[in-house]
Amino acid sequence: MDFAASPEQEAFRLVVREFAAAEIAPHAEEWDRTHSFPVETVHKMGELGLFGLIFPEEYGGAGADLATLCIAIEEIAGVDSSMAITLEAAVGLGANPLHRFGTEEQKARWLPDLVQGRSLAAFGLTEPDGGSDAGDTRTRAERDGDEWVINGAKAFITNSGTEITSLVMVTARTGDGVSVLIVPSGTPGLVVEPAYRKMGWRASDTHGILLDDCRIPAGYLLGEEGHGLRQFLSTLDEGRIAVAALSVGLAAACLSHSVQYARERSAFGRPIGSNQGVAFPIADVQVALEAARLLTYRAAWLRDSGQDFRAAAATAKLFASEAAVDATRIATQVFGGSGFIDETPVSRFYRDAKVLEIGEGTSEILRLVIARNLGLPL
Amino acid sequence: MKIAVCVKQIPDPATPYQLDPETHLVMRPAEQVLDDTDRYGIEVALQLAAATDGTVVLVSMGPAGNLQGIRQALAMGADQAVVVSDPLLQGSGALVTARVLAAAIVREAVDLVIAGTESTDGYTGIVPQQIAEILGLPALTFARKVEHIDGKLRVERQTASGYDVVTSPLPALVSVTSGAVEPRYPTFKGIMQAKQKPVDQPTCADLGIDPGSVGLGGSGQSITAVRPAPARTAGTKIHDEGEAYLEIVKLLEQAKVI
Repeated sequence: MDFAASPEQEAFRLVVREFAAAEIAPHAEEWDRTHSFPVETVHKMGELGLFGLIFPEEYGGAGADLATLCIAIEEIAGVDSSMAITLEAAVGLGANPLHRFGTEEQKARWLPDLVQGRSLAAFGLTEPDGGSDAGDTRTRAERDGDEWVINGAKAFITNSGTEITSLVMVTARTGDGVSVLIVPSGTPGLVVEPAYRKMGWRASDTHGILLDDCRIPAGYLLGEEGHGLRQFLSTLDEGRIAVAALSVGLAAACLSHSVQYARERSAFGRPIGSNQGVAFPIADVQVALEAARLLTYRAAWLRDSGQDFRAAAATAKLFASEAAVDATRIATQVFGGSGFIDETPVSRFYRDAKVLEIGEGTSEILRLVIARNLGLPL
Repeated sequence: MKIAVCVKQIPDPATPYQLDPETHLVMRPAEQVLDDTDRYGIEVALQLAAATDGTVVLVSMGPAGNLQGIRQALAMGADQAVVVSDPLLQGSGALVTARVLAAAIVREAVDLVIAGTESTDGYTGIVPQQIAEILGLPALTFARKVEHIDGKLRVERQTASGYDVVTSPLPALVSVTSGAVEPRYPTFKGIMQAKQKPVDQPTCADLGIDPGSVGLGGSGQSITAVRPAPARTAGTKIHDEGEAYLEIVKLLEQAKVI
């Protein structure tokens, strides 16, 4: 029994690490400061094949497993959570639902560009009046001849307003059920609101969306009418593993920064790491990181080997995201005043971490999934 | 166009080199990496091959080990590799290396040979020119730009004051400088494909090379001693009283960097 990466996955890890160090790390502080989304860098990530890892070669992908994508996300998150979530959301929330539920025609039209990182897709589930309560979708879509007419609003939609966003998929009530509809960028009635001002993930693109008598062809229904929610929740399970990997990458970065700083920084005539009060919390980060990594790659392995992974994905995301938040808090404490200013990345890490306990399933919803899986009557 | 690119596996520069106490040669672990400076030549070759519907063959000499460095180069997109790996070759100097590489290149019947300017472990910087001489090819060295126009090469040669534009018929040899192009990163697909690509590992005998003409004995040279570089002396401190920049400009002029 092992979840060890193959030699090829390890070689790829080094390539992504080198890419992240050369193409992302030198700019991450500036992107964060200016809240800017680096399209050129996204294209470079596309050239490296990151957006197409888990998709078949016929669409330009690499046909790799989810564990390989997790490795890439982990390495990007080691320098910048914003670019890591851009990748995670583009694949997990954007291309993946389209690939799994789209018709051949829909896939042929949109997937190749998404897989190459030339365009991005977004998924609109959350609404201003309800996040985790996805069953209470208020957005409505009604048939009018050969078209759907959509009205409603969506909130916190990643990758929805970039200059390369090609489409937003939205959940909407259709008759008795909830369906998913593809709304291409630029469709009249699709209003992308100004970007949010966020505590973290500032270089990631996040907007609210309004749908005001937005008309799309009937053929832009994704998957089965009335089954949209069930479809989407199943893709969310894969996304949770990827967010767990992002958390692992962030925690690993906190650990290496903390170890280095605790060895170099002196106070009272010796390195601060020679104090148990500094060294032991760092040891705790190591313990949590190892556990989070194992949970993450076990969940990926369950998924990749065709087994039930729903509870494992929730477990991995819950544990890894909380471990990442702890790791950023400890790293900031190790860095002291230097951890509170933007000259070191740990202050950015601290701001970036919190949302990991919220997005793609809050910690509370994940506990609900896990508890129900235990047979508890929640 | 079929292009040969000379590449080298070297010990990971991130780990300190070990020298053999007897021969003073670099001890080579099984796990070696692609010499970083080779990536520029590979990129130039891949671009030329793509433009001419051609192929790229890597040519290397040295202990094959687990071929990690060669696989790195194949993962970028080269089609195949020839690694001349033979214990007899240990201790070969630059000229012998050039002869062996030339013998391997001849078998491939290529239109163009591309190399870096020098390796990052040996730094002799003469192997490309020697290969060109042995093969009777024009040597277009220190190229910062390589173009294939109407069946000819047009190369911009880096010089101290700018660059020369030179043209040459094919076949030819070009050595490219670091920074000539932006080397691509290998994709996961490329890494997976590299596993399956053919890597030929001929010996000296396979190439028809006389065993007496290679290795430490055949090189006509030996390393008699290796001394550590002297420790760096302390720098000069310039106290700025408003005119320090003049001092700095003077120092930069003395160093001939401006």
